[in-house]
Amino acid sequence: MDTPAQYFHWGFILISVPNLIVIGGMVVLFAIALIAPFPHGSEGDDVSTK
Amino acid sequence: MSAPSSVEQASAAATTPASRSWTLRLRQSIERHLPMDHLLPDRQPYYVGSWVYVFGVITIAALAWVIVSGVVLSFMGPQWWHDSRVGRFFNSLHFWSVQLFFIFMVLHLWGQYFMAGWRHGRAATWMIGVVIFGVSVLPAFTGYLSQQNFDAQFIALNAKDAMNGAGAGAFFDVLNFGQMYGLHVMLLPIGVTFLVVVHLVMVRTRGVVKPIDAEGGTRS
Repeated sequence: MDTPAQYFHWGFILISVPNLIVIGGMVVLFAIALIAPFPHGSEGDDVSTK
Repeated sequence: MSAPSSVEQASAAATTPASRSWTLRLRQSIERHLPMDHLLPDRQPYYVGSWVYVFGVITIAALAWVIVSGVVLSFMGPQWWHDSRVGRFFNSLHFWSVQLFFIFMVLHLWGQYFMAGWRHGRAATWMIGVVIFGVSVLPAFTGYLSQQNFDAQFIALNAKDAMNGAGAGAFFDVLNFGQMYGLHVMLLPIGVTFLVVVHLVMVRTRGVVKPIDAEGGTRS
C-alpha cells in the first residue's frame, strides 16, 4: 500500500496498473452487458412494440 | 344566492383559457409535460430489456448510498470516522460508493454515447448528464481534501499550486479545510442531486431513446 504503483508504458500511453485494471474491468463489464441475456418479465414489457 | 365555493371557483378558473393564476398554469404545465404514467411507468418498450439500461439505475443507487453514508459521517465527525471500527466502515462505505458512482456513470455515458441518446429532442438531457459528470468531480475532489489524513494534506499541498496558477486560489483555497468541507457536505451534493433529479425527470418525460435501427416504439 505504501509503495508507488507500477506503471504500464507503451509509446505515448502511460498509465498505472491499478487504473488500467479498473478501465479494463469496465470495458469487460460493458461487453457483458451488451451480450448477456436480460430476464424478461411476463408483464413488465411493452409487447406492442415488438 | 349563496357565494360560490372554493371548489367552484377553482373549477371556473380551470376552464378559463388564459388564467392569471400562476399555480394553475404551473399545475397544467406539469400535467401536460409530465403525466404520472410517464413519471412512474409500469411498462417499458421491449428494447429497454438490456443490461446496458441498468447502468444509470446503479449510478443513482450508488449516489443514494453516498448521500446516506455522507450524512452519517457529517453527523459523527472526523475523529469518529478515523478511530472507531463503525466509523471506518462508514468511511469505506462512502469512499467505495463514490467509486461505484463514477464507474457506473462512465458506463452509462458509454451506453448513451453509442446509442446516440441525444436523438429526438433529448439534447438537453444529454447535456445535463455531461454537466453532472463535470460537476461531480468537484465533490469528489473536496472529499479527498476533507479526509483529515496525510493523503488529504498531500493532495491539498500539491493542488494549491494548480489553483493559484489558474487564478482560483483567492476564492477556492484547498488548504482551508472548513471551506473544502463546507463545499463538500453542503453546496456540491445539493447541486449534483438537483441536476440528477432534473436529468431523471427529463428521461421520464421523453422516455428512453429508441435504438437507431428500431421501427415503431411507444414514444419518440
